[in-house]
Amino acid sequence: MKELKIQTIKNGTVIDHITAGNAVKVLHILGIPKTSSSTVSVAMNVKSKLGKKDIVKVENRELDPQEVDKIALIAPKATINIIRDFEVAEKHRVKLPKEIVGIVRCSNPTCVSNFNEPVESRFIVIREDPPRIKCYFCEREPEDIAERII
Amino acid sequence: MNFKGRDIISIKDFSKAEINHILECSKKMVPYAKGEKYTNILKGRVLSSLFFEPSTRTRLSFESAMNRLGGRVIGFSDPSGTSQKKGESLADTIRMADSYSDVIVVRHPQEGAARLAAEFADVPVLNAGDGAGRHPTQCLLDLFTILTEKKKIEKNKIVLLGDLKYGRTVHSLAYALSLYGVELTFVSPGSLKMPKEVINECKELGVEPRSTSSLEKAISDADVLYVTRIQKERFPDAEEYNRVVGIYKVDNDLLKHARKDIIVMHPLPRVTEIKPEVDKTPHALYFKQAFNGVPVRMALLSLISGGRL
Ligand SMILES: Nc1ncnc2c1ncn2[C@@H]1O[C@H](COP(=O)(O)OP(=O)(O)O)[C@@H](O)[C@H]1O
Ligand SMILES: [Zn+2]
Repeated sequence: MKELKIQTIKNGTVIDHITAGNAVKVLHILGIPKTSSSTVSVAMNVKSKLGKKDIVKVENRELDPQEVDKIALIAPKATINIIRDFEVAEKHRVKLPKEIVGIVRCSNPTCVSNFNEPVESRFIVIREDPPRIKCYFCEREPEDIAERII
Repeated sequence: MNFKGRDIISIKDFSKAEINHILECSKKMVPYAKGEKYTNILKGRVLSSLFFEPSTRTRLSFESAMNRLGGRVIGFSDPSGTSQKKGESLADTIRMADSYSDVIVVRHPQEGAARLAAEFADVPVLNAGDGAGRHPTQCLLDLFTILTEKKKIEKNKIVLLGDLKYGRTVHSLAYALSLYGVELTFVSPGSLKMPKEVINECKELGVEPRSTSSLEKAISDADVLYVTRIQKERFPDAEEYNRVVGIYKVDNDLLKHARKDIIVMHPLPRVTEIKPEVDKTPHALYFKQAFNGVPVRMALLSLISGGRL
């Protein structure tokens, strides 16, 4: 358990197996720390059996797995671990929702969602891992999703 | 099959059975579209015709269709006289049209505009072309033209020629034709080839399109030659454009290599890709195809408004 030396938390959430390099984007998608005052620690390029990964630990806050599912866009292998009294009490593998709203900007410059219209960007998920999405409005598929995070 | 209240945004929103139903209704509309019979099934209904981008055929045939059904049309064919120039969003314009009318037809330069319009309108929205995106009523009238001329869509050998990369009609047409199991051949200049995604869609529907640069060979046993315009604006310089447009010309000489009953279609406007000499031959179907826009749009308007002949 080498990883634990990074930081042990009593209660909270650990997002594990984040695609290496994407931890900051994951936090950005979750609106952390803006929406929370919890202590957050990030470990990047952690060695693991399956190569390098990033880990995020949020203290004293149990993230709602449904709420976190959207990070599957850029971290399809991530797990959400709810920690209670130092133990992993619940574990959830992220699963992309059917639609992704307001997180990714359409890569088509002439897509109506990139103009001054009162709509959020909206994508339909066509494959989970590796994720493929297409714009609800213009049907364009962004090539590099991580690049397009708003 | 219930179409009442439905939006017509993309041909992909419809099953083959639904498309067949639309085509059957279109057939019944022909004498009314020609003015040989009269109907008032949409009497008292108002259509908003919102053209943010120029169009001749699509707009006129939609407006003719609504009038032929006994309904009325309001709208604009040029946004310069509207609040859009003052920066009004499409969403707000649609909200207005929604409260003034029973059905909305929209043509807009941005891809996805019709889908967005449908989000803001309670009344049904018909996509009359959104940027380089979709144009489902064109696709339906193309299918209708093949069906009426060839008695069936299945098994026809169909050649799509021209700008297959950017042409907005050919992508949805290739998809829709694949639903019917036709034989597809794509002919285009090297720089304007059919995108891979479209070819994959055809394959998923069980059609293996062939691609070739030899038009003569491609049309030798074809039933339908579908020609599209090569758009000048796609080319960085005039010289390259002239070289590319020059490669494929449909004229009577070329058609000597084809079957006697080949039909030549074109969504129009054409520029130089079909010589006027072809117009007088029985192969020329493009004007009839343009007329077919009226019965097909009549069918759609009556289906989504719940009007029955
Ligand atoms: N009390 C704790 N404080 C901080 N991190 C923890 C705690 N318990 C487990 N973790 C971390 O949560 C993740 C999931 O733990 P575990 O279920 O044991 O691993 P795995 O998913 O690899 O089987 C791991 O990254 C682990 O280091
Ligand atoms: Zn888009």
